[in-house]
Amino acid sequence: MSEHLLSIVLFTPLAGMLVLLLLPGSNKNLIRIWANIAAAAGFLVSLPLVFRFDKNAEGFQMVERYDWIPALGVKYYLGIDGISLLLVMLTTLLGFLAILSSWSAIDRHLKAYYAMFLLQQTGMIGVFISLDFFLFYVFWEVVLVPMYFIIGVWGGPRKLYAAIKFFLYTLAGSVLMLLGILTLYFQHFEQHGFYTFEISELLKLDMPLALERWVFWAFFIGFAIKVPMFPFHTWLPDAHTEAPTAGSVILAAILLKMGTYGFLRFSLPLLPKASIDPWIVQVMAALSIVAIIYGALVSLMQDDWKRLVAFSSVSHLGFCTLGIFALNPNGIAGSVIQQINHGISTGMLFLIVGVAYERRHTRMISEYGGLAHVMPNFSFVFAFAMLSSAGLPLLNGFVGEFTILQGAFETNRAWAAFAVTGVILGAAYLLWLYQRTMLGQITNPKNLRLPDLNLREWAVFLPFMAWALWIGVYPKPYFEVLEKPVAQLVERVRPDYFAQHALAVQAPAPGAVEAGER
Amino acid sequence: MSQFYTSTDHFVLVPAIMLALFGCAVLLFDFFLFPEPRQRKRLVWFLFAGEIFTAAGLWRQQAFLASEGLPEITAFQGTLTVDGFSLFFNWIFVAVSLLVAIVSWRYLEIEGEHHGEYYGLILLAQCGMYFLATGTDLITLFIGLELMALCFYVMVGFLRERKRSNEAAMKYLLLGAFSSGLMVYGFSVMYGLAGSTKLRAVAAAIASRDAWDPVVFLAMATTAVGVLFKVSAAPFHMWAPDAYEGAPTTVTAFLAVGSKAASFAFLMRIFLGPLETARPAWEPLLVLVAVLSLTIGNLAAITQNNVKRLLAYSSISHAGYILLGLIAGNATGLKGMAVYILVYAFMTLGAFLVVVALRRENLIGEDIEDMAGLMHRSPGYAVLMLIFLLSLAGIPPTAGFIGKYYIFLALLETSHYLLAALAALYVAVAIYYYFRIVRSMFISEAVAAPPLESTVGLRVALAVTGVLTLAIGVYPEPFLRLAQTSLVR
Repeated sequence: MSEHLLSIVLFTPLAGMLVLLLLPGSNKNLIRIWANIAAAAGFLVSLPLVFRFDKNAEGFQMVERYDWIPALGVKYYLGIDGISLLLVMLTTLLGFLAILSSWSAIDRHLKAYYAMFLLQQTGMIGVFISLDFFLFYVFWEVVLVPMYFIIGVWGGPRKLYAAIKFFLYTLAGSVLMLLGILTLYFQHFEQHGFYTFEISELLKLDMPLALERWVFWAFFIGFAIKVPMFPFHTWLPDAHTEAPTAGSVILAAILLKMGTYGFLRFSLPLLPKASIDPWIVQVMAALSIVAIIYGALVSLMQDDWKRLVAFSSVSHLGFCTLGIFALNPNGIAGSVIQQINHGISTGMLFLIVGVAYERRHTRMISEYGGLAHVMPNFSFVFAFAMLSSAGLPLLNGFVGEFTILQGAFETNRAWAAFAVTGVILGAAYLLWLYQRTMLGQITNPKNLRLPDLNLREWAVFLPFMAWALWIGVYPKPYFEVLEKPVAQLVERVRPDYFAQHALAVQAPAPGAVEAGER
Repeated sequence: MSQFYTSTDHFVLVPAIMLALFGCAVLLFDFFLFPEPRQRKRLVWFLFAGEIFTAAGLWRQQAFLASEGLPEITAFQGTLTVDGFSLFFNWIFVAVSLLVAIVSWRYLEIEGEHHGEYYGLILLAQCGMYFLATGTDLITLFIGLELMALCFYVMVGFLRERKRSNEAAMKYLLLGAFSSGLMVYGFSVMYGLAGSTKLRAVAAAIASRDAWDPVVFLAMATTAVGVLFKVSAAPFHMWAPDAYEGAPTTVTAFLAVGSKAASFAFLMRIFLGPLETARPAWEPLLVLVAVLSLTIGNLAAITQNNVKRLLAYSSISHAGYILLGLIAGNATGLKGMAVYILVYAFMTLGAFLVVVALRRENLIGEDIEDMAGLMHRSPGYAVLMLIFLLSLAGIPPTAGFIGKYYIFLALLETSHYLLAALAALYVAVAIYYYFRIVRSMFISEAVAAPPLESTVGLRVALAVTGVLTLAIGVYPEPFLRLAQTSLVR
């Protein structure tokens, strides 16, 4: 069993889905209970990953490698490093919490709804643990279809438009990415005489810079649309706003991370020359900074609560991509931590909108106001999520943003200066949102009798809050887990980095650990 | 046997003899033994018997090639050639004919046009397909093509009472005859060049000339028009939407899959045989045709409201994708064509079978709106249709992705980067119109219609196509080996 741990983690949700399909459709509570059991099981089987993970080991762990399609050189090849570990844990936990949060929100076609969530769960985990590019691509595409249905069937008023826009955007990006993958595959055959999609084999490629650039842009389109980076972000506000609450949570918390993960796992190590190409780095940083500031400014302008949170994702993900292309240990480690943080805090924010929406069936900020008087617990949770998202010290957002800014500062001071304005604007739109919805007198009589959080909603929020607090107060384990993979990544892209910086500070990957202890 | 009909000749000809024999037998028995309409259902058993004998003949050919380790058997002084290529296609034809036949009787009964000759025409059309895949002589190929086409002209117009069907048949006949005329003119020029109708001799004659030689170009261009018409590649696609829409849906399925696969077999025989050395002249032409097919097929499909018409345009775009494999022209590209044709056959057939299932006494069931809420009425059909549509669009893990994978890889290997990017982006366009059907099935509110009734035949056919569409996507290995055999020559 233990050598197939990753396969078990991968296929538990799928097995749960298959059983779910056999249950009678008329018994709604049975379906709900089973879906929650399956999702909880998905989280529980992933817990041993944390305990088995050896943070001092180089390379990938818990590897499984079998032939899948020998005619194409495709392997069923799984493995995790620190980056994947964190993202897999985020996926399994948030997947469970998202399903738990849907208990009363969804009342139509329950079976299909939960089936789509569980299928998607398998797809997302697969993306984060595949070490074969073909396998990765299959999971990458598998995720699209359930999300299309989640938005399209259970979404808001403009669901059809949002669902197909999401699908078309991502698909257009991913087919171009596929061409990039196939180019690497063919180049490998040319240079080494056999066809393979294994990442570890493709790392041995030595391609001319011009070709690397082309492949980089092909990957960029695929990943940047998923992240989404400016100017490919226009699908995001529609999809996030129209999706049902749990769908928005998964979209924001996990699906977007597939893009940033793609940059970290594929673009940087496979295309090291293109990744430090000054022109490409400048473009990436510029797009990230535009996303940070533009996302924040647009968030300030929103009168739709959910759309505001959606645009704030653009801004936060801008930090993540900026950290990646700072190309130093602080930037990259900070970026991964920020990805987790964004999953936690934006996931919470979407759930909070969901709680309000379930009670009032409107997302307009002007419809609310003074909720703190009738829903004190709710307003406390919201305050917590808002401060975590805004980057208050001792909460998770601070750790990520601070480390990214540190990394950005090290590479280019102007980047850090621009990015800091994003932090300030972030605090502005979040605090203003809080003020408009929670504080002041209740102006709308409909808000006078709203029930506060119930037990199930607390059960959804508590793990989020605990995790946010843990990262905020004691991030050291996270930096330790990330140290090896991040050092490897930086070593790969900038082979002379550690030689140059070893004199300045003594430890092998000093910046990251230091930031953790601060 | 005599020197004009050796045992090898017989061995090669057996499947065609069986098809022709049983095809004619169906016509006779229909007339003499089963005059009552109720009895006609039994004729499908003749078709089964015919297919079993054909399959036995093919199996013996396959076993002989394997046991002797021969690349090919030629018969009638090089007029017919049995090789991996011909066997690969013939197996597809057998499967497609069987699948179409087992779903037909109920559909034709609803249409009130259940006649015995239908099964005879299927067998005779398949006989023509046999010669298209096996023939290596211009005359044989032409006769095979015409035999197949004539059966299809009749079958497309099978709904005698329906204007649509009549119009479709007439259009198909006129345009088909015209294109055949052009093609046979090209053949005559080839004969003039070589002094022989054997493909080998023609190939040698064309190889001895420059690729841009005007006579070669004339032969190539006129032949190409005829062939491209048959595979419904733009701009020679005009007949396809009308014929597909007007024909009975079972015939549409047979036309879209059987006729298309046979025509591609023919196209590969011609372009990779005699015209191979003229590649510099035809490659730009085919690039144009492929890009036009992708563009017209995908863009025109967006606005269609009739599912059959939509699938017709989608099949035009698929012709474009398959042609891209020929343009790449390397081993990956040719294998990709074979794989693509294989997966295309099953996924397209499956999609049409769902349309067949939608037909009921007083509902045509061909419009996208007729599928509204299918998920709530008949979830099995809706999910199968979703699988077929995802496969048609090329989303993994379905069969269609494997086909597109080979085409893209072949284009990249031969440095056709722009074509690859264009072909890839049209996948996103395609998903838009395929998902109009999905949206109707899964998201639109259900129209007040009872769940679909189905026959055993329809369920079997849908199960076979559905399972294959998924299986080729999830575990393609055996199917890729199969396609590999088609390349050995």
